[in-house]
Amino acid sequence: MPAVALKQQFESLLGGPLDWQSRPLPECVSCGIPAVDAATGGIPRGCLTEIFGPASSGRTSLLLSILAQTTDRDEVCALIDAEDAFDPTSAAAAGVRLDRLLWVRSANNAEHALKAADLLIHGGGFGLVALDLGDTPPAIARRISLTSWFRLRRAVENTPTVLVSVARQSNAKTCAALQLECVREQAAWSGSLHSSRLLRSIRARATSTHRSKTCSPVFTATAL
Amino acid sequence: MFACLHGHGPLTALAFEFSPTVEQTAPDTVTFDASGLDRLFGLPQEVAAALARRAAEVQIKASIALAANPDAAICAARGFSGVSLIPYGDEAKFLAPLPLAQLAPSPELRETLDRWGIRRFQDLAALPPLGIAERLGPEGLRLRELARGEVVRKLLPLQDPLRFEDEIELEYPVELLEPLAFVLARLVNALAISLAARALATNELRLLLKLENRTTHERTLRLPVPSLDTKAFLKLLHLDLSAHPPAAPILHVWMGMNPVKPQSAQGGLFVLAAPEPVQLELTIARLKAIVGPNRVGSPVLLDTHRPDAFRIEPVFQGKARAGSPSVRLTLRLFRPPRAASVALASGHPSFVTAGAIRGKILDLAGPWRTSGDWWTADPWLRDEWDIALSDGALYRLYCDPRGWFVEGSYD
Repeated sequence: MPAVALKQQFESLLGGPLDWQSRPLPECVSCGIPAVDAATGGIPRGCLTEIFGPASSGRTSLLLSILAQTTDRDEVCALIDAEDAFDPTSAAAAGVRLDRLLWVRSANNAEHALKAADLLIHGGGFGLVALDLGDTPPAIARRISLTSWFRLRRAVENTPTVLVSVARQSNAKTCAALQLECVREQAAWSGSLHSSRLLRSIRARATSTHRSKTCSPVFTATAL
Repeated sequence: MFACLHGHGPLTALAFEFSPTVEQTAPDTVTFDASGLDRLFGLPQEVAAALARRAAEVQIKASIALAANPDAAICAARGFSGVSLIPYGDEAKFLAPLPLAQLAPSPELRETLDRWGIRRFQDLAALPPLGIAERLGPEGLRLRELARGEVVRKLLPLQDPLRFEDEIELEYPVELLEPLAFVLARLVNALAISLAARALATNELRLLLKLENRTTHERTLRLPVPSLDTKAFLKLLHLDLSAHPPAAPILHVWMGMNPVKPQSAQGGLFVLAAPEPVQLELTIARLKAIVGPNRVGSPVLLDTHRPDAFRIEPVFQGKARAGSPSVRLTLRLFRPPRAASVALASGHPSFVTAGAIRGKILDLAGPWRTSGDWWTADPWLRDEWDIALSDGALYRLYCDPRGWFVEGSYD
């Protein structure tokens, strides 16, 4: 029996045409911010998620929230810190279990950071691999070829690992399954200049630019 | 056939060279099962000669005896010096002239036998067993059997000390890691096979290299879990030697593995995946080769208020406390902090320049004074400000006795 006839017979039995081309949607995990989860459907496993934005736009707060959620599920995480900017105190305050975190400090070397990410993904078993290029100058981050990002995307495919990259600008382009562009809306201060003035929080907007419908959930990162 | 060594020195080691079944009969007496040695050496005389030759080589002074049963061999080794070979069936005749004291009878029995005038093996061997049983009981019967060389028993074997070590003397000095890898592979594979044969694994590899400049180079690799993954061992050794190369060409390679029980754990369908420990160790070794030795691990916060106080530990060792996950304003640190020049207005910072960070301060909170460790040689003291710059970012600025610094940015 030809394949077309077999397909038609199968579809008639199931009561309608089936979508044979599209791949099943990846499993998504919570990022810890209900507004972002509701808008994006969560952070996909086996895919590259890119978080980008200028300094003080809430990128790192979002990343630490994802890390905290992942370690809270008892999964093992790896953070490749290209500029040695990770603050363990902030992470612990955000609920990241540091004993479930492998911290790789690649001192100001994006190339080493990419190699480390590749090794960790191929090593397997990680719930999350985060590549933090947040303080890497855009000129250097742009030098990372699309081929390298494609290689990372292929490496993480069909694995339960969430791959997240943080940068100032979008670098992975089409290799990212989800892109979140963070923009700071406002910083909240309390008190007056001469009496106990405090930085309370920042309010940021994360715009997803890689889905069929654009969404811009807002989240607030509060100070300690 | 059984052999007995009576003397001083490492008798057990000598016996283990010939047989796996060795009994430490007394501190100065070792008995072992010599059956099967005839296939290696030939006649019993040749077995005895091989034993004597090897004892001389390792400088052991011992009398050697071979007999059909262990107790006859023991009596002969203790009673006669040199090499004694007791033919099967002639034990009583061979042992006849030995003094009865050698069988160590109890004082009462010895006194009785002495009164009877029985002082040698042959005297006791000639007595009727029924009469001995009636007058001297079971101990007397046992002594008679020993004197006749008729006791048949099994040896109480010593456990072979589990030492998993091997070494190779190289024919010429090896300078490169590539040819050394072949030598290491041979040692690792041989040791792993011997471990596997005893259902054991290892959690520690020790490597000792003797170098051409008469020094040694020692490396120890500790694994997080017991394993027998030879490929991983070789890669770990290669990475370790690449990071810590020997100072001179290598002449001799010694390797030891610590034997431990293998880890057995059943995986579950609903257990979350985690990196396989040995694979993770290998990945970390590779990462260390890329980014540096002290730059990979799990951060552990120190019990202090000193800023940026942490240490790096091997991964997943400790048990860190953590609060419930929440979205917190996070500080991204500049390591080291960026030295800044700050313009003040009314006692407050108004303009900051720190390399690429430059701008007018639009909003600020502070100063917050913190200090600590004033009772130590390394005290710290600082005034902190949270500032919003005209470049749109939020920073933490601090001033300490050395000057002004930007510690990091809030993100």
